[in-house]
Amino acid sequence: MGLLSKKDTRLILDPLADDNPITIQVLGICSALAITAQLKPSIVMAVSVIFVLGLGNVVISLMRNIIPSKIRIIVQLIVVATLVIIVDQVLKAFAYELSKELSVFIGLIITNCIIMGRFEAFALGNGPWKAFLDGVGNALGYGVILIIVGFFRELLGSGTLFGFKVLGDSVEKTGLYAIGYENNGFMVLPPMALIVVGIIIWVQRSRNSALIEEN
Amino acid sequence: MGLKQNLHTLKMKYQGTKMAPAFNAIHTFLYLPNETTHNGTHIKAADDLKRTMNMVIMSLAPCLLFGIFNAGYQYNVQTGDVTKALSFFSTEFWNFSNFSIGAWKVLPLVIVSYGVGLLVEFIFAVIKGHEVEEGYLVTGMLVPLIVPVDIPLWMLSIAVIFGVVIGKEVFGGTGMNILNPALTIRAFLFFAYPTWMSGDKVWVTGAVDTVGQPDAISGETILGSLAQNNGYGDWSMMDQFLGFIPGSVGETSKLLIIVGALILILSKIGSWRIILSTLVGALSMGLIFNGVVNAGWVTESSKFFGLMSVDFWQHLFIGSILFGAVYMATDPVTASQTNKGKWIYGFLIGFISIMIRVFNPAYPEGVFLAILLMNVFAPTIDHYVLEGNIKKRANRLKLKTA
Repeated sequence: MGLLSKKDTRLILDPLADDNPITIQVLGICSALAITAQLKPSIVMAVSVIFVLGLGNVVISLMRNIIPSKIRIIVQLIVVATLVIIVDQVLKAFAYELSKELSVFIGLIITNCIIMGRFEAFALGNGPWKAFLDGVGNALGYGVILIIVGFFRELLGSGTLFGFKVLGDSVEKTGLYAIGYENNGFMVLPPMALIVVGIIIWVQRSRNSALIEEN
Repeated sequence: MGLKQNLHTLKMKYQGTKMAPAFNAIHTFLYLPNETTHNGTHIKAADDLKRTMNMVIMSLAPCLLFGIFNAGYQYNVQTGDVTKALSFFSTEFWNFSNFSIGAWKVLPLVIVSYGVGLLVEFIFAVIKGHEVEEGYLVTGMLVPLIVPVDIPLWMLSIAVIFGVVIGKEVFGGTGMNILNPALTIRAFLFFAYPTWMSGDKVWVTGAVDTVGQPDAISGETILGSLAQNNGYGDWSMMDQFLGFIPGSVGETSKLLIIVGALILILSKIGSWRIILSTLVGALSMGLIFNGVVNAGWVTESSKFFGLMSVDFWQHLFIGSILFGAVYMATDPVTASQTNKGKWIYGFLIGFISIMIRVFNPAYPEGVFLAILLMNVFAPTIDHYVLEGNIKKRANRLKLKTA
């Protein structure tokens, strides 16, 4: 037996597709709309959530037998707040520009429904190794959607990827812009993020009819 | 055996195959299908959805024709090739030079709008395996009439795809859509490519290309000029009524819109309640703004003064409120269904349109935003109208039995 048993692999892989926190459970939508106008903040956000959710799940799982159930929400909040503050401070120290761009949304990871959801639904009832895999898996599923949305929004909205002008220069009129192409200003606005997420859900459900609820 | 019979035989032969819906669409567009009801008919009426849609298109045709001539006329007036038209039948307006320039600009918009839109409809009909829906016949005609004449065709195609797919097909197609598809297309263009959809350079053909040159063409509308406190420009009241002014392709001629409105109302396709209440709503907002100006609360130094001080009745002649009221607000799918609801729905459209027009000088036309907003609220309005009626009748019953 390798490092990951079959069950463990499912913990990581399921949230990537058929049990995706954003497109199937429809959690964590707010941050997906707010910070995906560009690819770089999307990736930083994804990495931050992987860190917070992976570690947080382990911590909660280790403490699961000593947390009184009446105050477990408060304990969970303290754990996640601690981790988020660490992320926030690291970003401020080493990537100040990015931290300014993400502004309040790093702090708002605390209120990201995915995190509290995984603590409640999984970490409180499973051992630390499983909880870690589950946390990383769900955060990855969240990150994948963020990166897809960020990719399309930056490419079509600003004509760049990671700030590189992949479609040519829109001011100098080179590349695609020379033949009359223009950036789609709608892509930069948050409503378009919702529509892109909607299209991803549409594609996913039409490929896997088991996901469609019965009325 | 005539062509009709041949088509019918073909239809029977390929029934149930993948491309059948596409074929059937063309078939029923040309001829009435051979199927008849097997039991007795209860209602005999020739005005099915296709005929209804064609009626609307016929009422739009004068606007389109006028729009073609006007696109060329606006250009020729600015270059000095023709002098200003003084009456509706003036040869300064209805001449070949105007027509050829206008047709060169406007017909591609029509072709792209119909071509792309119907292609999307056909694809969805084939995927879903049902008949092609008629809804796009009207949308495809409305779209070229509500965009600036110089809009690049690829932008229009993307917007049409977006409007048909996201505005209509995801909800289940014609009859299920919440938002008016034509206005969804315009809203997409407006937010995606604002430099092509607003400002003072897009409303007359050639204005974008000649920016900064000594013989630059001004592409400003009356609304734009009013929003900057510059008055009406060179345009007289008569120009505005007859439509010899810059603007979106088909919305300038108030006279022809009124003709179209009469066709729609007399054939009972458009709701006169919505049209009337929209105009009443616009007039009341105009009156409120006039009152504010008269009371001295807003002075000439204010950036809102230009549009606020427009006489309330004049709001109907500038911008596209009339076109929106007649052709957009009355869309039977997205409007309120109850009679009382129609009054509320229309009134709020007019009211909000003028409010957006005055308070947002950067984008001085708010009609399409107001209609989209009220589209969203139409089911809610209907719900409360119904609830109110149920309650009223319940009370009446109680009184009777008590």
